[in-house]
Amino acid sequence: MSDIILETRSINKYFHDPVKFQVLNDINFSIKKGEFVSITGKSGCGKSTLLYILSTMDTDYEGELFIDGESMTKLPHNGLAKVRNEKIGFVFQFHYLLPEFTVLQNVMLPALKLGKFEPAAIEERAMSLLKRLDIHDQARKGANRLSGGQKQRVAIARALINDPVLIMGDEPTGNLDSKNSKIVFEIFKELVAEKKQSLLIVTHDEDFARTTDRNIVMDDGRMVK
Amino acid sequence: MNTLNLSISKTLLMARLKQSVIAAAGVTFGIAMFITLVSFMTGLNKMLDSLILNRTPHIRLYNAINPNADQPVNRSAEFKNALNIVRSIKPSDSRTEIYNSTAIIQSLKSDSRVVAVAPKVASQVFYNIGVIDLNGLVNGIDVSQEMKYFSFADYIIKGDAYDLNRISNSVILGKGVADKMMSQVGDVIHVTSAKGDQLSLKVVGIFQLGLATVDDVQSYASLETTQKLLGKPKSYYTDIQVKLTNIDDAPAVAKEYALRYRTDAEDVQTANAQFESGTKVRNIITYAVSITLLIVAGFGIYNILNMMIYEKMDAIAILKATGFSSSDVKNIFINLSMIIGFIGGVAGLLTGMLLTMLIDQIPFKTAALPAISTYPINYDFTYYIIGALFAMATTYIAGYFPAKKAARIDPVVIIRGK
Repeated sequence: MSDIILETRSINKYFHDPVKFQVLNDINFSIKKGEFVSITGKSGCGKSTLLYILSTMDTDYEGELFIDGESMTKLPHNGLAKVRNEKIGFVFQFHYLLPEFTVLQNVMLPALKLGKFEPAAIEERAMSLLKRLDIHDQARKGANRLSGGQKQRVAIARALINDPVLIMGDEPTGNLDSKNSKIVFEIFKELVAEKKQSLLIVTHDEDFARTTDRNIVMDDGRMVK
Repeated sequence: MNTLNLSISKTLLMARLKQSVIAAAGVTFGIAMFITLVSFMTGLNKMLDSLILNRTPHIRLYNAINPNADQPVNRSAEFKNALNIVRSIKPSDSRTEIYNSTAIIQSLKSDSRVVAVAPKVASQVFYNIGVIDLNGLVNGIDVSQEMKYFSFADYIIKGDAYDLNRISNSVILGKGVADKMMSQVGDVIHVTSAKGDQLSLKVVGIFQLGLATVDDVQSYASLETTQKLLGKPKSYYTDIQVKLTNIDDAPAVAKEYALRYRTDAEDVQTANAQFESGTKVRNIITYAVSITLLIVAGFGIYNILNMMIYEKMDAIAILKATGFSSSDVKNIFINLSMIIGFIGGVAGLLTGMLLTMLIDQIPFKTAALPAISTYPINYDFTYYIIGALFAMATTYIAGYFPAKKAARIDPVVIIRGK
């Protein structure tokens, strides 16, 4: 198998409401295994939209998407859910935790869904992830009782729980202070180095983008660099 | 796998306990109202039905007094092929006795459609009150059969019906008759039969059917006493009353019996035609009300659950983003509404039962039915099954449609919609 983890072939996307408008224009690129890629660009340039398509959460596009050598374009909804569960970890701009569940449960849920390990082993792993992100003391609290920065770190732990081959983030450090941003960034770097996981991060933070392996700049729905 | 979905459903429910309780209360209210109203309405209907049906046999075999169809002229060889018209025929002194009654009763008892057979002797009498003779009717009955199958005991307001068997020459008077004769239980009254024979009868009880035409005229005695009154032998019966397993068969079976036993046979539907149509109308009203109740309850349940699920759209998007499939999401939300349906439904059945039991305690006195002292309730288990099934079905539907819709859309549509 090739070492390309994600590949797109001329992806176009349109918004139809209120008028037809092309958001993404002929996106062709790929990410190698263990590569740390960042996407920057002005707001409204379509970088978040692209990320949602790449994460398979948006299926309304033209072109073709491959993840881990497999085409996502023809896959049914349940197949995509399986790919998201197993291969992709996603960190949203806003944490998107389930407020009904505890911090620990939020982190554990994707792993329980995957069902590869026993619940006890999953809990242990979730705790070690939380510890690494320095929020293990909040593990038993309800997810809605945490501060914004803490929630974001829980969301990162949730994205990592299943050891995905690809981690995507939509401004994952956007809500964090510089200290926490640094912690997250370090963790991301370690992951790439240790487990050969690939990272694709949309960010505003130019400093952050400079330290990644590759920085893609988007403008008006195209990749310009 | 499914236990994971179930535990997610439970957590979602428990997290917004107040909202879940309100949703369940919606189900409870609908189902409780259905159970209460249907039990009460059918209870009232049954009471009204029993007003007539309790004391009416499903089929009555008797010999009507009719002119003989077989007139002598028809037997004459001379007019064999002629059209014979005889005007103004009077009925001959034909017997009102049922011929071969013992054999007929035997044959009826072996019919699988028949629950009970009770012979009866009806005799015209005069009640003697001083110099006044009051017109009346004594029914000779088989007391134990009447008690068992025709709820005779319900209508005895004083005395004991079995005394008819224990004490010879005893009688149970209608309330109206007893009032007119000013007689109490234990008194002796005198009656004169249509043929002029006199007999002293001991009053052992008083009955009240609630129909003045009956209570003011009729009285009951044992078969033997009535036969004695008429001066007839033991096998003399004027009526044979039949109770069937299925009352709706009565008209057809009555026709069959009329042919087979060569007597007249009257079914309860024909005998009480006006009552039949009353029952039909009441049944239609009951069905209409219960269906309306179910529909109203159904919409209430559907609305509450629908809103509840739409409020949880966020959770749906997050679950899908982290790898839960459409079927998982559907599963989780159907579980959620079914749990509400189950808990609300069970609570509704119990509340309905409590409410009906409460209504059952409210005093309700009617002269027509001495056996009834409180409002009648029909504790039919079928309504509970219908209620339970309905609660589960509506909550399933209420969960299914929004869940299906949520399962189909891309998670990003929900997320971006924020």
